[in-house]
Amino acid sequence: MTATTYVGKPTSRVDGRAKVTGEAKYAAEFNTPGLTYGYVLSSAIAKGKIKKIDASDALSLDGVLQIFTHENAPRPAYFDRKFKDDDSVAGSPFKPLYDAEIKFSQQPIGLVVADSFEVARYAASLVKVEYEAEQPDTNLRRKPKGHKAPKGKTGFVPPKDRGNADKAFKNAEVQFEAEYFHMPEHHNPMEMFASTVIMEEDGKLKIYDKTQGAFNSQTYVTKVFGLSKEEARVINPYIGGGFGSGLRPQYQLYLAVMAALELKRSVRVVLTRQQMFSFGHRPGTLQTVALGAAQDGTLQSIKHEALAETSRFEEYTETVVNWSGMLYHCDNVKLGYYLRNLDLYTPLDMRAPGAATGIIATETALDELSYKLNIDPLELRLINYAEENEFEGKPFSSKALRECYHQGAEKFGWARRKPQPRSTREGTKLIGWGVATGMWDAQQQKAAAKANLSIDGKLVVGSGTADIGTGTYTAMTMIAAETLGLPLEDVTFKLGDTTLPQAPLQGGSWTVSSVGTAVQEACEAVGKKLLKMAKKMKNSPLSGASFEDVEFVEGKVQLKGDYASGVSIIEAMRQGEVNFIEEETTALPNFLKQMKYARNSHSAVFVEVEVDEDLGQICVRRVVSAIAGGRVISPKTARSQILGGVVWGISMALHEESVLDHNLGRFMNHNLAEYHVAVNADIHDIEVIFVEEHDDIVNPLGAKGLGEIGIVGVAAAVGNAIYHATGKRVRDFPITLDKLL
Amino acid sequence: MNSFSYTRAQEVDTAVREVTQDKAAKFIAGGTNILDLMKENVERPDRLVDITRLPLQQVESNPEGGLRLGALVSNADTAYHPEVIERYPLLSKTILAGASAQLRNMATDGGNLFQRTRCYYFYDTATPCNKREPGSGCSAINGYNRIHAILGTSEQCIATHPSDMCVALAALDAVVNVKGPEGERQIKFEDFHRLPGNEPQYDNTVKTGEIVTSIDLPAEGFAKNYTYLKLRDRASYAFALVSVAVGLDLDGDTVREARVALGGVAHKPWRKPEAEALLKGQKATKENFRKVADALLQGAKGFGSNTFKIELAHRAIVRALVMATEMKKK
Amino acid sequence: MSSKVLTEPIGDVAVGLPPLQRVTLTINGAEKQLEVAPWTSLLDLLREYLDLTGTKKGCDHGQCGACTVLVDGKRINSCLTLAVMKDGCEITTVEGLSKGDQLHPVQEAFIEHDAFQCGYCTPGQICSAVGLINEGHAKTTDDIRELMSGNICRCGAYPGIVAAVEQALKVCQPNQ
Repeated sequence: MTATTYVGKPTSRVDGRAKVTGEAKYAAEFNTPGLTYGYVLSSAIAKGKIKKIDASDALSLDGVLQIFTHENAPRPAYFDRKFKDDDSVAGSPFKPLYDAEIKFSQQPIGLVVADSFEVARYAASLVKVEYEAEQPDTNLRRKPKGHKAPKGKTGFVPPKDRGNADKAFKNAEVQFEAEYFHMPEHHNPMEMFASTVIMEEDGKLKIYDKTQGAFNSQTYVTKVFGLSKEEARVINPYIGGGFGSGLRPQYQLYLAVMAALELKRSVRVVLTRQQMFSFGHRPGTLQTVALGAAQDGTLQSIKHEALAETSRFEEYTETVVNWSGMLYHCDNVKLGYYLRNLDLYTPLDMRAPGAATGIIATETALDELSYKLNIDPLELRLINYAEENEFEGKPFSSKALRECYHQGAEKFGWARRKPQPRSTREGTKLIGWGVATGMWDAQQQKAAAKANLSIDGKLVVGSGTADIGTGTYTAMTMIAAETLGLPLEDVTFKLGDTTLPQAPLQGGSWTVSSVGTAVQEACEAVGKKLLKMAKKMKNSPLSGASFEDVEFVEGKVQLKGDYASGVSIIEAMRQGEVNFIEEETTALPNFLKQMKYARNSHSAVFVEVEVDEDLGQICVRRVVSAIAGGRVISPKTARSQILGGVVWGISMALHEESVLDHNLGRFMNHNLAEYHVAVNADIHDIEVIFVEEHDDIVNPLGAKGLGEIGIVGVAAAVGNAIYHATGKRVRDFPITLDKLL
Repeated sequence: MNSFSYTRAQEVDTAVREVTQDKAAKFIAGGTNILDLMKENVERPDRLVDITRLPLQQVESNPEGGLRLGALVSNADTAYHPEVIERYPLLSKTILAGASAQLRNMATDGGNLFQRTRCYYFYDTATPCNKREPGSGCSAINGYNRIHAILGTSEQCIATHPSDMCVALAALDAVVNVKGPEGERQIKFEDFHRLPGNEPQYDNTVKTGEIVTSIDLPAEGFAKNYTYLKLRDRASYAFALVSVAVGLDLDGDTVREARVALGGVAHKPWRKPEAEALLKGQKATKENFRKVADALLQGAKGFGSNTFKIELAHRAIVRALVMATEMKKK
Repeated sequence: MSSKVLTEPIGDVAVGLPPLQRVTLTINGAEKQLEVAPWTSLLDLLREYLDLTGTKKGCDHGQCGACTVLVDGKRINSCLTLAVMKDGCEITTVEGLSKGDQLHPVQEAFIEHDAFQCGYCTPGQICSAVGLINEGHAKTTDDIRELMSGNICRCGAYPGIVAAVEQALKVCQPNQ
């Protein structure tokens, strides 16, 4: 280990200081003289038409500049394709203020623009709206029949069967079948959606947007409003949480840009917390799982079907059931995935979309089967361990799940588990243990980065990616510093700006693998030039060395392991008579290498709960999450990613639900007092174990990404622990106390 | 939020006068609830009279040998007041079970009495609500009513009172001192809040212009055997689904006096003296506690998503009584 | 089926804007004389009028704690506070905690324990932790969990937050 070895070494967040001092600025925090404020008017009904809007009182207020509604708002583009973005699904994207039709509750129906936030908010309350309402249908369970999900979005592969699952199920010695349901959820990042559009003197727009992809927002804005890329720069240096909600441009961006262009003013639009429930959410799904097994626990049949909600205008798909064909070895698998159109906004990817919900059903059903078979639930998983990805018919590039099971079980003390439910009690509390498996994809996308090393030894690396809290700044800085052997403090990583090299959306757990690879390659390109210069130096100890022969450590380039051969990189640049070296590269996945393998991350989650026997109060006392996620680049931020995922899983298991009033078609708990996310007092001991995998197939860095894998399996493990504690199986998530009475 | 004017009162009488003269004026103290509601356009005062500088900030002894809490003492200062902790630990514990540390620093004891319901529909001006707009209908009865009342409901309204503190004050038989245009008066706590009936728009019996000056706690604080059991959808920072405040006066295993107040189940903290009387002179046993629970919950009615509260409340009452009883053993 | 719904306009209240009022606030040690409309919350005053955007708006309804600041040393939700009501008070925001380059021990501890991810709830968490230390009621880890529960962290950094507050409690004296 050298002083400039960073990868794998716990490193404090490089943006930590900015975040603890309040210097880090988010989309709604870029102030400019003459800024105006937009306040969104939201529909009171879920379905129908606007008959009349009377904004006269509001318009008469001093300080109100304009009130945009479908009656006077511009319609800058007509075709659906103009409104499509990188995370669009099949169908027709929502176009704000285009007509009088109401498609979902809280649909934006107007924008008040005023010279202060307070005036805009007040004016909004003075606008009178008359509707013609129709009865909405928002209840997925009312009619549990859907249609086949179309192939649409990148990433979604329609489920495919293998063998004959129906027959195998019928013939199985032990059969188990059940129905599972979970409620819709909203992402609710702490930062509310906001766009500050600054109208510059030359008429160009500088757009500070809350997004997980600056380029996605830019493309959307340029297509919809007919602007060039130079006219619409999008910037997002800090994002107050995303979890998927920022994968698609939200309507505040459209409204703010529209108003800025119309009024030729700078405009800020921030949604209210209530309005955070007006766009995408994790769709509720109704699932059935049927498992057939031999008495020895060998799975003979897996059947998994899901019905998910989508809007009336788009067909949202996510991978819910396919996991059941990948998690375990089984020759007979039958999967089905169906959608039903409801009078809601289109669902939107939310942390481990599909996996977080589909695996609840699979992993709960497997737990139920284990009791039927009288086999330890961990043992049952080991019996059916999948050595290859049978859904894709490929070997895994790496899979250390078995090690996760073993190390997790060891740390948790699983061997001491009493098999019988309700077998451990402390006073009025019943104690139970549960386990579940998690799985996610290890993906890599095309990404570009630029590295600039100056003669003072400072390195600036940039890529237009994002850091939604995942630790991108830190991981990229570490990769760059280590690649060129520089002290961390001499390296600056820039992101969140469309003037930087293009990066994909931050999602899918692919940022480290994609952007990290690009950063490494850009730095290596700089390194190659450095080597060239170093070799040209008089009596260079490196003459004749190839790039593969050398390494960059502690400000020097040297023959691998040979400290004496080191040449100062500053000296090399000086002798080479350059003030800086700049290289930009685009890293592409090695498709040929990758396509032969299934690339996935895995986890084993162990949970201890305590449940009050009479009152149903649940406390998750202990969690051990063992992760096989490839190579861990930045252990400190990686651990936080997994901790956060586990907290999400607990919150999903016990608290979170967006509850619709089906008479009104409206999410009624649309605030943070009644939409419960876990608070500090809900969270106790969580232990994270990384079981490292060496994997040069997923990408050159060997990192699989950790943003999603942490949540997958947790909710099922909690539910399984609750069953073990109480003997009561709840198949309806979240598991609130009333379900245990 | 609508436009309003703001004045700061220096004396109680001025404050009373300002609000009496202007029908659409409201007092503001901690602001934790009224500003929340104003941002939702549920409350729309045209004037706010800031009473935070009035001399109602003392905790002192009252003539009955109890404690007088000035209306403007913060919830936090009350909960952590040495005399409250010593003599009225039930009140302290109850306050600390509510809201968050920040909100308790802001919220005042007087203001806590005026908290309005958390009913989803009351808070959402897009939906009908008889409490917010009398005559518009109740969306909760046939809608989503997880947090709603099971006792004392009417066809007009099934909202609950959301306060924790008030549940303890009810159990303690507190008395509220108010001053209005017609002078001072005392309101027994049981008479302070009201049931919705046909006028759900009124939460309490305070008249226009009246200001709460203090809350009197009687001498008996049940400091030996008490508990506040709060059941909610997460471990903290959530309103009660059901809560139970218990104060017991025990003579060995025999109950001399019992107080049981419920939160989260009705338009006001729920007490029933005849249910409590069932324990008088009786042994503190689970069996007897069940009888109290039966009596307290007599006539309870669920509306779908809140029906579980009947069973939950029953179990919670029994558990709270057990917890209070077992305190002396420790 | 069809029916009519009319959103309730604000009826009997006169349409007009409130007059500005003069207040004196000491913000992070500097006295400021300001003209503020009564409807401006302390939070909006800081963010929109004084460019002190360190204090965050996460819900604007006292349901998340992102807007936590210290008023006369006590932690409060600035979103549920009218600026005019704090005339004469001392306000400390996250920007006022460090002394020059020297971070407050709570800030140091948050970095050390990676007590945040996206950073949006962080200023509120930190001010809340300073308030908690001033209050002096947290004796156990569970006390910290409970007394920090008024600050939601959607990233789920609670384990780090608890560790950071525990560490800061050891090095801080109340009212530091």
